Amino acid sequence: MEKKNRNILSVRDLQVQVRTKEGSSTLVQNINFDIKKGEILGLVGESGSGKTVTSMSVLQLHDRKSMDITGSITLHDRELNGLENKEMRKIRGKDIAFIMQNPMNAFTPVFTIGHQFIETIRSHTSLKNKQAKDLATDMMESVNLPDPDKLLKKYPFQLSGGMLQRVMIAMAACLKPSVIIADEPTTALDLHSQLLVLRLLDKIRSKYGTSILLISHDLGVISEMADNVIVMKQGRIVETANVYELFDNPQHEYTKKLLRTRPTLYSQKQPYTYML
Amino acid sequence: MSLLEVKQVNHSYDSKKLFKWKNQSNKILIDISFVIEEGTCLGLIGTSGAGKSTLGKVILGIQPPQEGQVLFQGNDIYKADKLTRLKLRRDLQVVFQDSYSSVNPRMTAEQIISEPLENYEKLTVGEQRRRVIELLERVGLNENDLKKFPHQFSGGQLQRINIARAIALKPKLIVLDESVSSLDMVTQSLILQLLSELKDDFGLSYLFITHDIKAAFSISDQIGVLEKGELIELYDSKDQFFSSKHPIVKQLRDSILAEHPRFRTLTTKAN
Repeated sequence: MEKKNRNILSVRDLQVQVRTKEGSSTLVQNINFDIKKGEILGLVGESGSGKTVTSMSVLQLHDRKSMDITGSITLHDRELNGLENKEMRKIRGKDIAFIMQNPMNAFTPVFTIGHQFIETIRSHTSLKNKQAKDLATDMMESVNLPDPDKLLKKYPFQLSGGMLQRVMIAMAACLKPSVIIADEPTTALDLHSQLLVLRLLDKIRSKYGTSILLISHDLGVISEMADNVIVMKQGRIVETANVYELFDNPQHEYTKKLLRTRPTLYSQKQPYTYML
Repeated sequence: MSLLEVKQVNHSYDSKKLFKWKNQSNKILIDISFVIEEGTCLGLIGTSGAGKSTLGKVILGIQPPQEGQVLFQGNDIYKADKLTRLKLRRDLQVVFQDSYSSVNPRMTAEQIISEPLENYEKLTVGEQRRRVIELLERVGLNENDLKKFPHQFSGGQLQRINIARAIALKPKLIVLDESVSSLDMVTQSLILQLLSELKDDFGLSYLFITHDIKAAFSISDQIGVLEKGELIELYDSKDQFFSSKHPIVKQLRDSILAEHPRFRTLTTKAN
Protein backbone atom coordinates (compact mmCIF):
# COMPACT_ATOMS: atom_id res chain seq x y z
CA MET A 1 0.00 0.00 0.00
CA GLU A 2 2.82 2.29 0.94
CA LYS A 3 4.43 1.76 -2.38
CA LYS A 4 1.27 2.15 -4.40
CA ASN A 5 0.66 5.66 -3.17
CA ARG A 6 4.15 6.84 -3.77
CA ASN A 7 4.56 10.15 -5.42
CA ILE A 8 6.20 10.03 -8.80
CA LEU A 9 7.05 13.68 -8.96
CA SER A 10 7.32 16.00 -5.97
CA VAL A 11 8.04 19.68 -5.99
CA ARG A 12 8.94 21.39 -2.73
CA ASP A 13 9.37 25.10 -2.05
CA LEU A 14 10.16 25.87 -5.64
CA GLN A 15 11.18 29.42 -6.27
CA VAL A 16 12.33 30.82 -9.59
CA GLN A 17 14.01 34.21 -9.81
CA VAL A 18 15.27 35.99 -12.85
CA ARG A 19 18.33 38.21 -12.49
CA THR A 20 18.21 41.53 -14.25
CA LYS A 21 20.32 44.67 -14.15
CA GLU A 22 17.97 46.22 -11.64
CA GLY A 23 18.19 43.23 -9.31
CA SER A 24 16.32 39.96 -9.21
CA SER A 25 12.61 39.54 -9.61
CA THR A 26 10.66 36.52 -8.48
CA LEU A 27 8.60 34.67 -11.05
CA VAL A 28 7.16 31.89 -8.94
CA GLN A 29 7.48 31.09 -5.25
CA ASN A 30 6.32 28.58 -2.64
CA ILE A 31 5.32 25.99 -5.18
CA ASN A 32 4.55 22.62 -3.60
CA PHE A 33 2.84 19.73 -5.27
CA ASP A 34 3.00 15.97 -5.73
CA ILE A 35 1.83 13.79 -8.57
CA LYS A 36 0.96 10.17 -7.90
CA LYS A 37 1.15 7.35 -10.37
CA GLY A 38 -1.57 7.62 -12.99
CA GLU A 39 -2.82 10.90 -11.66
CA ILE A 40 -3.75 13.88 -13.78
CA LEU A 41 -2.91 17.09 -11.99
CA GLY A 42 -4.52 20.16 -13.51
CA LEU A 43 -2.75 23.49 -13.32
CA VAL A 44 -4.99 26.50 -13.88
CA GLY A 45 -4.24 30.17 -13.94
CA GLU A 46 -4.49 33.27 -16.08
CA SER A 47 -1.79 34.15 -18.58
CA GLY A 48 1.38 35.30 -16.85
CA SER A 49 0.64 33.49 -13.60
CA GLY A 50 3.70 31.25 -13.82
CA LYS A 51 2.23 28.01 -15.11
CA THR A 52 4.78 27.54 -17.84
CA VAL A 53 7.68 28.75 -15.68
CA THR A 54 6.79 26.03 -13.17
CA SER A 55 6.62 23.30 -15.76
CA MET A 56 9.85 24.40 -17.37
CA SER A 57 11.71 24.35 -14.08
CA VAL A 58 10.65 20.74 -13.60
CA LEU A 59 12.47 19.97 -16.82
CA GLN A 60 15.32 22.33 -15.96
CA LEU A 61 14.83 24.17 -19.20
CA HIS A 62 15.56 27.58 -17.77
CA ASP A 63 18.76 29.38 -18.59
CA ARG A 64 20.85 28.96 -15.46
CA LYS A 65 22.98 31.98 -16.21
CA SER A 66 20.11 34.35 -15.67
CA MET A 67 17.70 32.34 -13.56
CA ASP A 68 17.92 31.07 -9.99
CA ILE A 69 15.93 27.97 -9.23
CA THR A 70 15.77 27.01 -5.56
CA GLY A 71 13.83 24.26 -3.84
CA SER A 72 13.63 20.62 -4.62
CA ILE A 73 12.17 18.73 -7.56
CA THR A 74 12.29 14.96 -7.19
CA LEU A 75 11.38 12.29 -9.69
CA HIS A 76 11.29 8.78 -8.19
CA ASP A 77 13.18 10.23 -5.21
CA ARG A 78 15.91 11.54 -7.43
CA GLU A 79 16.74 15.21 -7.15
CA LEU A 80 16.47 17.00 -10.49
CA ASN A 81 17.19 20.57 -9.48
CA GLY A 82 20.81 21.41 -10.22
CA LEU A 83 21.44 18.26 -12.20
CA GLU A 84 24.04 18.50 -14.96
CA ASN A 85 22.67 19.21 -18.38
CA LYS A 86 24.11 15.95 -19.64
CA GLU A 87 22.16 13.99 -17.04
CA MET A 88 19.01 16.03 -17.64
CA ARG A 89 19.07 15.19 -21.34
CA LYS A 90 18.71 11.53 -20.46
CA ILE A 91 15.62 12.29 -18.41
CA ARG A 92 13.90 14.66 -20.82
CA GLY A 93 11.87 12.71 -23.31
CA LYS A 94 12.42 9.42 -21.52
CA ASP A 95 11.18 9.90 -17.97
CA ILE A 96 9.48 13.23 -18.41
CA ALA A 97 7.95 14.07 -21.76
CA PHE A 98 6.74 17.48 -22.77
CA ILE A 99 3.80 18.36 -25.00
CA MET A 100 3.82 21.96 -26.09
CA GLN A 101 1.03 24.35 -26.81
CA ASN A 102 1.90 25.07 -30.40
CA PRO A 103 2.69 21.89 -32.33
CA MET A 104 3.80 23.90 -35.36
CA ASN A 105 6.72 25.38 -33.44
CA ALA A 106 7.69 22.21 -31.62
CA PHE A 107 9.00 20.48 -34.74
CA THR A 108 11.91 21.49 -36.88
CA PRO A 109 10.52 22.42 -40.28
CA VAL A 110 13.58 21.14 -42.15
CA PHE A 111 13.36 17.46 -41.17
CA THR A 112 10.58 14.98 -41.79
CA ILE A 113 8.42 13.84 -38.92
CA GLY A 114 9.87 10.36 -39.20
CA HIS A 115 13.40 11.70 -38.87
CA GLN A 116 12.52 13.58 -35.69
CA PHE A 117 10.48 10.73 -34.28
CA ILE A 118 13.22 8.15 -34.81
CA GLU A 119 15.87 10.51 -33.49
CA THR A 120 13.98 10.80 -30.21
CA ILE A 121 13.64 7.03 -29.89
CA ARG A 122 17.22 6.23 -30.82
CA SER A 123 18.76 8.79 -28.50
CA HIS A 124 17.15 7.11 -25.50
CA THR A 125 17.23 3.45 -26.45
CA SER A 126 19.61 1.07 -28.15
CA LEU A 127 17.10 0.27 -30.86
CA LYS A 128 18.28 0.01 -34.45
CA ASN A 129 16.87 2.29 -37.09
CA LYS A 130 14.47 -0.34 -38.38
CA GLN A 131 13.13 -1.21 -34.94
CA ALA A 132 12.76 2.43 -34.05
CA LYS A 133 10.75 2.95 -37.21
CA ASP A 134 8.47 0.06 -36.34
CA LEU A 135 7.92 1.47 -32.88
CA ALA A 136 7.13 4.87 -34.37
CA THR A 137 4.62 3.33 -36.77
CA ASP A 138 2.96 1.39 -33.97
CA MET A 139 2.70 4.50 -31.81
CA MET A 140 1.25 6.54 -34.66
CA GLU A 141 -1.34 3.86 -35.22
CA SER A 142 -2.32 3.85 -31.57
CA VAL A 143 -3.06 7.58 -31.69
CA ASN A 144 -5.44 6.99 -34.62
CA LEU A 145 -3.31 8.58 -37.29
CA PRO A 146 -4.05 7.14 -40.71
CA ASP A 147 -1.25 5.78 -42.90
CA PRO A 148 1.66 6.10 -40.47
CA ASP A 149 4.25 5.05 -43.05
CA LYS A 150 3.24 7.87 -45.34
CA LEU A 151 3.01 10.37 -42.51
CA LEU A 152 6.53 9.65 -41.33
CA LYS A 153 7.84 10.87 -44.66
CA LYS A 154 6.00 14.16 -44.45
CA TYR A 155 7.24 17.50 -43.19
CA PRO A 156 5.56 19.22 -40.26
CA PHE A 157 3.97 21.95 -42.38
CA GLN A 158 2.14 19.35 -44.46
CA LEU A 159 0.00 18.30 -41.51
CA SER A 160 -2.81 20.10 -39.76
CA GLY A 161 -2.42 21.33 -36.19
CA GLY A 162 -4.57 18.56 -34.76
CA MET A 163 -2.61 15.83 -36.54
CA LEU A 164 0.70 17.32 -35.53
CA GLN A 165 -0.41 17.53 -31.94
CA ARG A 166 -1.26 13.81 -32.09
CA VAL A 167 2.16 13.07 -33.56
CA MET A 168 3.69 14.96 -30.66
CA ILE A 169 1.65 12.93 -28.18
CA ALA A 170 2.75 9.73 -29.91
CA MET A 171 6.34 10.89 -29.56
CA ALA A 172 5.84 11.78 -25.93
CA ALA A 173 4.23 8.44 -25.12
CA CYS A 174 6.43 6.09 -27.16
CA LEU A 175 9.11 5.71 -24.48
CA LYS A 176 6.49 5.22 -21.77
CA PRO A 177 7.60 8.11 -19.59
CA SER A 178 6.50 8.26 -15.97
CA VAL A 179 5.39 11.86 -16.29
CA ILE A 180 3.99 13.82 -19.22
CA ILE A 181 3.85 17.56 -18.93
CA ALA A 182 1.17 18.87 -21.26
CA ASP A 183 1.34 22.64 -21.56
CA GLU A 184 -1.98 23.84 -23.00
CA PRO A 185 -2.14 20.85 -25.36
CA THR A 186 -5.47 21.78 -26.91
CA THR A 187 -5.53 25.56 -26.95
CA ALA A 188 -4.57 25.80 -30.61
CA LEU A 189 -7.00 23.13 -31.75
CA ASP A 190 -10.61 23.17 -32.79
CA LEU A 191 -13.30 21.49 -30.73
CA HIS A 192 -13.29 18.09 -32.33
CA SER A 193 -9.52 17.67 -32.41
CA GLN A 194 -9.47 18.85 -28.82
CA LEU A 195 -11.72 15.98 -27.91
CA LEU A 196 -9.53 13.48 -29.76
CA VAL A 197 -6.36 14.75 -28.10
CA LEU A 198 -7.86 14.64 -24.62
CA ARG A 199 -9.18 11.11 -25.20
CA LEU A 200 -5.72 10.11 -26.26
CA LEU A 201 -4.08 11.53 -23.14
CA ASP A 202 -6.53 9.61 -21.02
CA LYS A 203 -5.84 6.43 -22.98
CA ILE A 204 -2.11 6.79 -22.40
CA ARG A 205 -2.70 7.42 -18.73
CA SER A 206 -4.80 4.31 -18.26
CA LYS A 207 -2.64 2.13 -20.50
CA TYR A 208 0.80 2.95 -19.12
CA GLY A 209 -0.05 4.49 -15.76
CA THR A 210 1.59 7.72 -16.81
CA SER A 211 1.12 10.72 -14.56
CA ILE A 212 0.16 13.90 -16.36
CA LEU A 213 0.67 17.50 -15.38
CA LEU A 214 -2.02 19.20 -17.44
CA ILE A 215 -1.65 22.92 -17.80
CA SER A 216 -4.67 24.77 -19.13
CA HIS A 217 -6.69 27.90 -18.72
CA ASP A 218 -9.76 26.15 -20.03
CA LEU A 219 -11.90 24.97 -17.14
CA GLY A 220 -13.72 22.62 -19.48
CA VAL A 221 -10.51 20.69 -20.08
CA ILE A 222 -9.80 20.62 -16.36
CA SER A 223 -13.27 19.41 -15.41
CA GLU A 224 -13.08 16.61 -17.99
CA MET A 225 -9.60 15.42 -17.21
CA ALA A 226 -8.07 16.37 -13.89
CA ASP A 227 -8.14 14.44 -10.63
CA ASN A 228 -6.67 17.23 -8.57
CA VAL A 229 -6.24 20.87 -9.43
CA ILE A 230 -3.79 23.60 -8.55
CA VAL A 231 -4.84 27.20 -9.08
CA MET A 232 -2.04 29.68 -9.61
CA LYS A 233 -2.08 33.43 -9.51
CA GLN A 234 0.81 35.84 -9.77
CA GLY A 235 3.43 33.18 -9.22
CA ARG A 236 1.86 31.54 -6.20
CA ILE A 237 -0.44 28.61 -5.64
CA VAL A 238 -3.65 30.01 -4.23
CA GLU A 239 -5.65 26.81 -4.04
CA THR A 240 -5.09 23.07 -4.24
CA ALA A 241 -8.09 20.79 -4.24
CA ASN A 242 -9.75 17.73 -5.63
CA VAL A 243 -11.49 18.63 -8.85
CA TYR A 244 -14.97 17.97 -7.45
CA GLU A 245 -14.32 20.09 -4.41
CA LEU A 246 -12.91 22.86 -6.53
CA PHE A 247 -16.00 23.09 -8.70
CA ASP A 248 -18.50 22.62 -5.89
CA ASN A 249 -16.87 24.63 -3.21
CA PRO A 250 -14.15 26.98 -4.40
CA GLN A 251 -12.24 28.58 -1.54
CA HIS A 252 -10.14 31.33 -2.97
CA GLU A 253 -11.60 34.54 -4.39
CA TYR A 254 -9.75 34.05 -7.67
CA THR A 255 -11.08 30.53 -8.16
CA LYS A 256 -14.59 31.77 -7.57
CA LYS A 257 -14.04 34.47 -10.15
CA LEU A 258 -12.74 31.93 -12.65
CA LEU A 259 -15.77 29.74 -12.17
CA ARG A 260 -18.17 32.65 -12.31
CA THR A 261 -16.84 34.24 -15.46
CA ARG A 262 -16.55 31.23 -17.71
CA PRO A 263 -18.96 31.18 -20.63
CA THR A 264 -21.69 28.71 -19.94
CA LEU A 265 -24.38 26.81 -21.72
CA TYR A 266 -26.42 26.27 -18.58
CA SER A 267 -30.01 27.27 -18.93
CA GLN A 268 -31.31 27.94 -15.44
CA LYS A 269 -30.31 24.74 -13.67
CA GLN A 270 -29.92 21.94 -16.12
CA PRO A 271 -26.74 21.83 -18.13
CA TYR A 272 -27.44 21.43 -21.81
CA THR A 273 -24.68 18.92 -22.21
CA TYR A 274 -26.55 16.49 -20.03
CA MET A 275 -30.06 17.01 -21.19
CA LEU A 276 -29.37 14.91 -24.24
CA MET B 1 -34.13 46.20 -45.53
CA SER B 2 -31.69 44.08 -43.67
CA LEU B 3 -28.19 45.27 -42.93
CA LEU B 4 -26.32 42.49 -44.64
CA GLU B 5 -27.57 39.92 -47.05
CA VAL B 6 -25.43 37.14 -48.42
CA LYS B 7 -26.93 35.51 -51.50
CA GLN B 8 -25.80 32.15 -52.83
CA VAL B 9 -22.11 32.79 -52.45
CA ASN B 10 -19.84 30.19 -54.01
CA HIS B 11 -16.12 30.33 -53.81
CA SER B 12 -13.23 28.02 -54.51
CA TYR B 13 -9.49 28.34 -54.34
CA ASP B 14 -7.71 26.92 -57.35
CA SER B 15 -4.36 25.29 -56.98
CA LYS B 16 -2.40 25.83 -60.17
CA LYS B 17 -0.06 22.99 -60.94
CA LEU B 18 2.60 22.93 -63.62
CA PHE B 19 0.47 20.73 -65.84
CA LYS B 20 -2.96 21.86 -66.74
CA TRP B 21 -4.65 18.53 -66.18
CA LYS B 22 -3.44 18.53 -62.60
CA ASN B 23 -5.28 21.72 -61.71
CA GLN B 24 -7.54 21.26 -58.75
CA SER B 25 -10.32 23.38 -57.51
CA ASN B 26 -11.17 23.23 -53.83
CA LYS B 27 -14.63 24.42 -53.05
CA ILE B 28 -14.45 26.57 -49.94
CA LEU B 29 -17.93 28.07 -49.88
CA ILE B 30 -20.96 26.37 -51.38
CA ASP B 31 -24.25 28.19 -51.81
CA ILE B 32 -24.12 30.29 -48.69
CA SER B 33 -27.10 32.53 -48.01
CA PHE B 34 -28.02 34.33 -44.83
CA VAL B 35 -29.15 37.66 -43.48
CA ILE B 36 -27.89 39.78 -40.61
CA GLU B 37 -30.40 42.29 -39.26
CA GLU B 38 -29.35 45.57 -37.70
CA GLY B 39 -28.27 45.27 -34.06
CA THR B 40 -28.00 41.50 -34.03
CA CYS B 41 -25.15 39.07 -33.85
CA LEU B 42 -24.69 36.00 -36.00
CA GLY B 43 -22.37 33.43 -34.51
CA LEU B 44 -20.65 31.20 -37.02
CA ILE B 45 -19.22 27.97 -35.67
CA GLY B 46 -17.41 25.14 -37.38
CA THR B 47 -14.23 23.11 -37.28
CA SER B 48 -10.99 24.43 -38.73
CA GLY B 49 -10.95 24.45 -42.49
CA ALA B 50 -14.71 24.80 -42.75
CA GLY B 51 -14.43 28.12 -44.58
CA LYS B 52 -15.37 30.42 -41.72
CA SER B 53 -12.58 32.91 -42.30
CA THR B 54 -13.06 32.94 -46.08
CA LEU B 55 -16.69 33.83 -45.54
CA GLY B 56 -15.56 36.66 -43.24
CA LYS B 57 -13.26 37.95 -45.96
CA VAL B 58 -15.98 37.77 -48.58
CA ILE B 59 -18.26 39.86 -46.39
CA LEU B 60 -15.55 42.42 -45.67
CA GLY B 61 -14.99 42.99 -49.37
CA ILE B 62 -11.46 41.64 -49.35
CA GLN B 63 -12.15 38.45 -51.26
CA PRO B 64 -14.52 38.71 -54.24
CA PRO B 65 -16.59 35.53 -54.43
CA GLN B 66 -16.70 33.65 -57.72
CA GLU B 67 -20.47 33.52 -57.67
CA GLY B 68 -23.15 35.19 -55.67
CA GLN B 69 -23.76 38.56 -54.10
CA VAL B 70 -23.09 40.31 -50.84
CA LEU B 71 -25.59 43.09 -50.24
CA PHE B 72 -24.85 45.66 -47.58
CA GLN B 73 -27.86 47.88 -46.97
CA GLY B 74 -29.11 46.84 -50.36
CA ASN B 75 -25.90 47.63 -52.28
CA ASP B 76 -23.79 44.90 -53.80
CA ILE B 77 -20.39 45.59 -52.25
CA TYR B 78 -18.48 44.17 -55.18
CA LYS B 79 -20.37 46.17 -57.79
CA ALA B 80 -20.59 49.48 -55.97
CA ASP B 81 -18.82 52.55 -57.38
CA LYS B 82 -15.71 53.92 -55.75
CA LEU B 83 -17.46 56.42 -53.53
CA THR B 84 -19.93 53.92 -52.14
CA ARG B 85 -17.13 51.44 -51.49
CA LEU B 86 -15.24 54.08 -49.55
CA LYS B 87 -18.30 54.60 -47.40
CA LEU B 88 -18.78 50.86 -47.08
CA ARG B 89 -15.32 50.37 -45.67
CA ARG B 90 -16.23 52.76 -42.92
CA ASP B 91 -19.24 50.72 -41.97
CA LEU B 92 -17.50 47.36 -42.10
CA GLN B 93 -14.75 46.73 -39.57
CA VAL B 94 -12.86 43.66 -38.47
CA VAL B 95 -11.06 42.33 -35.38
CA PHE B 96 -8.77 39.35 -35.87
CA GLN B 97 -7.56 36.62 -33.54
CA ASP B 98 -3.91 37.56 -33.29
CA SER B 99 -3.87 40.95 -31.65
CA TYR B 100 -0.10 41.45 -31.99
CA SER B 101 0.05 40.91 -35.72
CA SER B 102 -2.89 43.18 -36.44
CA VAL B 103 -1.11 46.30 -35.18
CA ASN B 104 2.04 48.01 -36.36
CA PRO B 105 4.70 47.45 -33.68
CA ARG B 106 6.21 50.86 -34.36
CA MET B 107 3.04 52.78 -33.65
CA THR B 108 1.79 53.92 -30.27
CA ALA B 109 -1.72 53.13 -29.12
CA GLU B 110 -2.74 56.67 -30.01
CA GLN B 111 -1.44 56.36 -33.57
CA ILE B 112 -3.11 52.99 -34.00
CA ILE B 113 -6.52 54.19 -32.92
CA SER B 114 -6.33 57.53 -34.72
CA GLU B 115 -5.43 56.02 -38.07
CA PRO B 116 -9.03 55.43 -39.18
CA LEU B 117 -9.97 58.87 -37.84
CA GLU B 118 -7.26 60.50 -39.94
CA ASN B 119 -8.44 58.69 -43.02
CA TYR B 120 -12.12 59.40 -42.72
CA GLU B 121 -12.70 62.39 -40.49
CA LYS B 122 -11.19 65.80 -40.65
CA LEU B 123 -10.56 66.56 -37.01
CA THR B 124 -8.24 69.06 -35.34
CA VAL B 125 -5.35 67.66 -33.33
CA GLY B 126 -7.08 68.38 -30.04
CA GLU B 127 -10.40 66.90 -31.11
CA GLN B 128 -8.74 63.81 -32.42
CA ARG B 129 -6.88 63.23 -29.18
CA ARG B 130 -10.09 63.68 -27.23
CA ARG B 131 -11.80 61.09 -29.43
CA VAL B 132 -8.95 58.64 -28.92
CA ILE B 133 -9.08 59.08 -25.15
CA GLU B 134 -12.86 58.59 -25.24
CA LEU B 135 -12.41 55.39 -27.22
CA LEU B 136 -9.71 54.09 -24.90
CA GLU B 137 -11.91 54.73 -21.90
CA ARG B 138 -14.83 53.03 -23.63
CA VAL B 139 -12.83 49.82 -23.95
CA GLY B 140 -11.53 49.96 -20.38
CA LEU B 141 -8.09 51.53 -20.85
CA ASN B 142 -7.09 55.09 -19.99
CA GLU B 143 -5.15 58.19 -20.98
CA ASN B 144 -1.87 56.81 -19.65
CA ASP B 145 -1.90 54.15 -22.34
CA LEU B 146 -1.79 56.67 -25.19
CA LYS B 147 1.94 56.66 -25.63
CA LYS B 148 2.51 52.96 -25.11
CA PHE B 149 3.68 50.60 -27.84
CA PRO B 150 2.03 47.24 -28.62
CA HIS B 151 4.69 45.22 -26.81
CA GLN B 152 3.88 47.02 -23.58
CA PHE B 153 0.34 45.68 -23.58
CA SER B 154 -0.90 42.21 -22.72
CA GLY B 155 -2.84 40.21 -25.32
CA GLY B 156 -6.17 41.16 -23.78
CA GLN B 157 -5.33 44.86 -23.60
CA LEU B 158 -4.13 44.87 -27.18
CA GLN B 159 -7.35 43.20 -28.27
CA ARG B 160 -9.19 46.06 -26.58
CA ILE B 161 -7.14 48.49 -28.66
CA ASN B 162 -8.08 46.59 -31.78
CA ILE B 163 -11.72 46.87 -30.76
CA ALA B 164 -11.30 50.59 -30.08
CA ARG B 165 -9.87 51.02 -33.57
CA ALA B 166 -12.74 49.06 -35.04
CA ILE B 167 -15.42 51.17 -33.34
CA ALA B 168 -13.64 54.50 -33.94
CA LEU B 169 -15.73 55.30 -37.01
CA LYS B 170 -19.00 54.03 -35.52
CA PRO B 171 -19.37 51.19 -38.02
CA LYS B 172 -22.54 49.19 -38.62
CA LEU B 173 -21.05 45.71 -38.80
CA ILE B 174 -17.94 44.25 -37.19
CA VAL B 175 -16.56 40.90 -38.26
CA LEU B 176 -14.98 39.23 -35.22
CA ASP B 177 -12.76 36.50 -36.60
CA GLU B 178 -11.78 34.31 -33.63
CA SER B 179 -11.31 37.54 -31.68
CA VAL B 180 -11.43 35.97 -28.25
CA SER B 181 -9.95 32.54 -28.96
CA SER B 182 -6.39 33.19 -27.85
CA LEU B 183 -7.26 34.93 -24.59
CA ASP B 184 -7.46 33.29 -21.20
CA MET B 185 -10.84 32.60 -19.63
CA VAL B 186 -11.19 35.68 -17.46
CA THR B 187 -9.98 38.07 -20.17
CA GLN B 188 -12.20 36.32 -22.68
CA SER B 189 -15.32 36.85 -20.64
CA LEU B 190 -14.40 40.51 -20.04
CA ILE B 191 -13.98 41.10 -23.78
CA LEU B 192 -17.25 39.31 -24.54
CA GLN B 193 -18.96 41.50 -21.98
CA LEU B 194 -17.44 44.61 -23.56
CA LEU B 195 -18.58 43.50 -26.99
CA SER B 196 -22.16 42.99 -25.92
CA GLU B 197 -22.17 46.37 -24.18
CA LEU B 198 -20.89 48.05 -27.32
CA LYS B 199 -23.52 46.24 -29.35
CA ASP B 200 -26.28 47.71 -27.21
CA ASP B 201 -24.71 51.19 -27.04
CA PHE B 202 -24.03 51.72 -30.71
CA GLY B 203 -26.58 49.35 -32.24
CA LEU B 204 -23.74 47.36 -33.78
CA SER B 205 -24.12 44.09 -35.62
CA TYR B 206 -21.55 41.36 -35.38
CA LEU B 207 -20.52 38.39 -37.40
CA PHE B 208 -18.86 36.34 -34.68
CA ILE B 209 -16.65 33.67 -36.19
CA THR B 210 -15.35 31.11 -33.71
CA HIS B 211 -14.85 27.47 -32.95
CA ASP B 212 -15.74 28.02 -29.31
CA ILE B 213 -19.40 27.09 -29.02
CA LYS B 214 -19.78 28.46 -25.51
CA ALA B 215 -18.42 31.87 -26.48
CA ALA B 216 -20.64 31.94 -29.57
CA PHE B 217 -23.75 31.21 -27.55
CA SER B 218 -22.98 33.83 -24.94
CA ILE B 219 -23.11 36.68 -27.45
CA SER B 220 -25.06 35.60 -30.53
CA ASP B 221 -28.72 35.98 -31.42
CA GLN B 222 -28.43 33.53 -34.27
CA ILE B 223 -26.09 30.57 -34.68
CA GLY B 224 -24.92 29.18 -37.99
CA VAL B 225 -22.99 25.94 -38.38
CA LEU B 226 -20.51 25.78 -41.23
CA GLU B 227 -19.07 22.48 -42.36
CA LYS B 228 -16.92 21.93 -45.43
CA GLY B 229 -18.11 25.15 -46.99
CA GLU B 230 -21.79 24.57 -46.45
CA LEU B 231 -23.98 26.42 -44.04
CA ILE B 232 -25.66 23.29 -42.79
CA GLU B 233 -27.90 24.77 -40.15
CA LEU B 234 -29.00 28.16 -38.90
CA TYR B 235 -30.71 28.58 -35.56
CA ASP B 236 -32.51 31.35 -33.75
CA SER B 237 -32.09 29.79 -30.33
CA LYS B 238 -29.87 27.47 -28.35
CA ASP B 239 -32.58 24.85 -28.04
CA GLN B 240 -32.64 24.27 -31.76
CA PHE B 241 -28.93 23.56 -31.67
CA PHE B 242 -29.35 21.06 -28.89
CA SER B 243 -32.27 19.28 -30.48
CA SER B 244 -30.80 19.11 -33.99
CA LYS B 245 -30.36 15.68 -35.45
CA HIS B 246 -27.73 16.57 -38.03
CA PRO B 247 -24.67 14.29 -37.61
CA ILE B 248 -22.16 17.15 -37.85
CA VAL B 249 -24.03 19.17 -35.25
CA LYS B 250 -24.15 16.08 -33.09
CA GLN B 251 -20.41 15.68 -33.37
CA LEU B 252 -19.90 19.32 -32.42
CA ARG B 253 -22.27 18.94 -29.52
CA ASP B 254 -20.44 15.88 -28.28
CA SER B 255 -17.15 17.73 -28.29
CA ILE B 256 -18.38 20.35 -25.85
CA LEU B 257 -16.47 19.74 -22.65
CA ALA B 258 -18.30 19.23 -19.41
CA GLU B 259 -18.73 22.26 -17.22
CA HIS B 260 -18.52 20.26 -14.03
CA PRO B 261 -16.53 17.11 -13.29
CA ARG B 262 -19.79 15.39 -12.42
CA PHE B 263 -20.69 15.43 -16.10
CA ARG B 264 -17.38 14.27 -17.43
CA THR B 265 -17.51 11.71 -20.19
CA LEU B 266 -13.91 11.42 -21.31
CA THR B 267 -12.40 9.93 -18.20
CA THR B 268 -13.96 7.73 -15.61
CA LYS B 269 -11.31 7.26 -12.98
CA ALA B 270 -10.98 9.80 -10.21
CA ASN B 271 -9.83 9.37 -6.67
